[in-house]
Amino acid sequence: MLHIEIDGKPLEVEHGSTIIDAADKVGIAIPRFCYHKKLSVAANCRMCLVQVEKFNKPLPACATPVADGMKIFTRSKAAVEAQKSVMEFLLINHPLDCPICDQGGECDLQDIAVAYGASGSRYAEEKRVVLNKNIGPLISTDMTRCIQCTRCVRFLKEVGGMQELGLVGRGEHAEITAYVDKSVNSELSGNIIDLCPVGALTNKPFRYSARSWELTRRPSIAPHDGLGSHIEVHVKDNKVMRVLPREKESINECWLSDRDRYSYVGLNSPDRLKVPMIKHNGTWVETDWKTALEFAAGQIKDITNQHGADSLGVLASPNSTMEEGYLIKQLANGLGCGNVDYRLRQTDFRLDGKRVGIPWMGCNIQEIEELDRILIIGSNLRNEHPLLAQRFRKAVANGAELSVVSPLDNDPLMKVAHKVIVRPNDMVNVLGQILKAMSGLQRLSLCLPPSLNALLETITVRPNTQAMAESLAGLAGPDGLVDLVAPKVGLFIGNMALSDPRFTEMYSMMEAIGGICGAKGGILPAAANSTGMHFMGVMPNATGMHARAMLEVPRKAYLLLNVEPELDCQHAALAKAAMAQAECVVALTAYKSEALENADVLLPIAPFTETSGTFMSMEGRVQSFSAVTKPLAECRPAWKVLRVLANTLGLDGFDFDSSEAVKNAIFKGEKPSTVVWRNLNNNLKELVEIEVNIKSDGLQRIGEVPQYESDPIVRRSVPLQKTKYNIRPMARMRAEQMAQLDLVEGDIVLATQDKGSAVLQVKLDNHVAMGCIRIAASHEQTIGLGDLMGDITIEKTSKELYKPYETTMLKVVA
Amino acid sequence: MLSKESIEKIDYELTKYPADKRQAAVMSALRIVQTERGWLSKESMTEVAEYLRIPEIAVMEVATFYNMYDLEPVGKYKISICTNISCMLRDSDAIVTHLQNKLGVGFNEVTPDGKFCLKEGECMGACGGAPLLIVNNHTMHEFLTVDKVDAILEELK
Repeated sequence: MLHIEIDGKPLEVEHGSTIIDAADKVGIAIPRFCYHKKLSVAANCRMCLVQVEKFNKPLPACATPVADGMKIFTRSKAAVEAQKSVMEFLLINHPLDCPICDQGGECDLQDIAVAYGASGSRYAEEKRVVLNKNIGPLISTDMTRCIQCTRCVRFLKEVGGMQELGLVGRGEHAEITAYVDKSVNSELSGNIIDLCPVGALTNKPFRYSARSWELTRRPSIAPHDGLGSHIEVHVKDNKVMRVLPREKESINECWLSDRDRYSYVGLNSPDRLKVPMIKHNGTWVETDWKTALEFAAGQIKDITNQHGADSLGVLASPNSTMEEGYLIKQLANGLGCGNVDYRLRQTDFRLDGKRVGIPWMGCNIQEIEELDRILIIGSNLRNEHPLLAQRFRKAVANGAELSVVSPLDNDPLMKVAHKVIVRPNDMVNVLGQILKAMSGLQRLSLCLPPSLNALLETITVRPNTQAMAESLAGLAGPDGLVDLVAPKVGLFIGNMALSDPRFTEMYSMMEAIGGICGAKGGILPAAANSTGMHFMGVMPNATGMHARAMLEVPRKAYLLLNVEPELDCQHAALAKAAMAQAECVVALTAYKSEALENADVLLPIAPFTETSGTFMSMEGRVQSFSAVTKPLAECRPAWKVLRVLANTLGLDGFDFDSSEAVKNAIFKGEKPSTVVWRNLNNNLKELVEIEVNIKSDGLQRIGEVPQYESDPIVRRSVPLQKTKYNIRPMARMRAEQMAQLDLVEGDIVLATQDKGSAVLQVKLDNHVAMGCIRIAASHEQTIGLGDLMGDITIEKTSKELYKPYETTMLKVVA
Repeated sequence: MLSKESIEKIDYELTKYPADKRQAAVMSALRIVQTERGWLSKESMTEVAEYLRIPEIAVMEVATFYNMYDLEPVGKYKISICTNISCMLRDSDAIVTHLQNKLGVGFNEVTPDGKFCLKEGECMGACGGAPLLIVNNHTMHEFLTVDKVDAILEELK
């Protein structure tokens, strides 16, 4: 420890810390623009100059390490003079347009100019003008305001993983720009708005719509991926104006993914359902709550009385809150119906009843950074978990070796040490090879089921899987110098594997591999409350049907919670057919659209900003939030709707008067974290007998869900739909595959899966494994197709059949 | 496409740095490509970026920082004349005026026949020979006088 003194305050700091760190620790304010605690030190704004005893010139606090006995003065005459001069230089070219600048009122430059600057400028010459750049639909630029702190450049390079902006030119001609006419396409790009200390980079959808002092800031939890990012919702006149991150070091640090930041636009969509609606003779009629609920309850009652309780199917979105999930399960069980499920995009349910506890990510989010060896199975990480990917990036930057087994070879923007890109069907075999290589390395006799043992006998380990196993075992690779004695290993299985018909095999293999190398890890669930839904058992009981079966064996009635069946279910064609044939579909939804054309009653529920509730994140963290605005028009929180619906159905035990009461019922009054930690467990009761050598030579579809199509709110966020990321579904395949099928880019093909087909354009994508066709799901253009991951046939067809897709938005029901 | 010769030269430069630090060769690569093509177009920068496997913008940052990289087409002979303090004290202004009159072009302009381009150079660290100019970034001429400049131009024609 070093002893220093700042402004006369004696202080003990660690070796290697800088003056600015030390000052921040004791709360002494040093002005800064380019310094940011999460980014590398650039020391190019010079705003943090301080006086240090025995140095005859001011030193930048952000780049000066402290030395023992250092005496630092931040407000001495010399320091203030230096700060004032720097401020004057920074303002020479800065326009005086604060009244029309979106940053006004929350601007570092404005604040620091008031505190450290002069009252007027001595500069009378012409100021420089920098042309604005169009860097995409999320961020608007006013480059004349830029003070070249390069925080945005460093963020995209160091945290985003890809340098998309740069400082070109020199001296007075220096300016921030993307390469020629490129846009910034990072899925974390919105963070550069927060980082920008001036108004050069501002929020495009929010632009000119409010001033920062008019906004009420309310805390909430991000409702999309399973990370559970802390957000701050800014509200004006009962309308959500923008979303910002709330700092939470152990979850989202100070960042936010673009999905969480810009999805709010979907909350103010014209699609919002404002009043309950009932379909009478094929036309929608607006009605009041009482009529709608009585009608819905009457229909459900009639059908269950007539055909038995299991003629009802209940599908709940994993983006619903725990309270909603709990009540809908209670409601179904109250009716004697076991057909409840939240796993809409899953097709393999063989692990039901085989689990010891609740599957989760298997470690804390922060722990990812400390891993030495990582294996990711079946996940396009940046698409599925944009912000979590950043933690993996940090681990890799710290020297972790990353291995990937996946059907897609998309660049995770970090160094991949080993990868095997194969068809989903072959992934099982690859995992088997790793397991075999691993057991050889560890010289362990394994307690594996007979079929697995027999299987390992027949598998031949290839060099690449051998290398992967050696990496996981901690042996030094080609670049490594020494073997790691007890490497911290993490195995994670992602959404593509979760949707695969052979998930059971992949999971069991992962568990076996994890057992040998003592790995942490587990599943990376797709949605904000997947883990919570599993925890409450929003799943079929012993006799009930799972999500897939409910659609395969159509039910007479369906109750949908926050679900747009064709877009949210694994098998779009099946979902559509099931809804079409049902006698009654009751949908609790925040939106009306063609996606619910087969419904009979629409009950307007409040999205996450208008209701209180709880999400359980992938690390098992239970996080409650309150409503940030009043519900729109006649919308009501879904927990209230479910309570009244249950009361109308004449069910007992639904007398909850707040969402907290429901939460108490879920945790039975105990502390949530205690209950959760008792229950989280990725282990299987026993390793399941598995089939490994299933050969299928046909083409396989890779139907990943694009991140900006993942749930009803995101789908309606116009700016996110406009990003380059939001690619129209096409039949993407690698060049060799195209040659094999005798296709060229731009051809029109008919893609057929069981029960449905879609006409698509062929697109070259060398990131796709041979034998696979990548066709994005959750989109109007592909709702005719079947399984996300499954067999598919492709044949060339005439160009006339192809209908160019006009709008990316869902059409509003008239 | 980068030519085979350029690639060979860039590969040689790459041997000077660790294998995973390909970015280190960006200045040499740009120099090699510029020598071959006369100037650095956007396409050239993209090719260098692709070959070094670094972001295009990172190449552009370097190329725009140093004034010896030409991002616009220059004539066959690029004459950069230093106008910094030492040369100025040794009357580089007279040389500049003479060159401009003789060639009929100002700074950053190319003669109509595409042969000469005049650039205002910065200090080349050879003030002992002031005033001076450099032709195509490679051939330096020191202790300039009007007569000497004429001789140099004559030689280049």
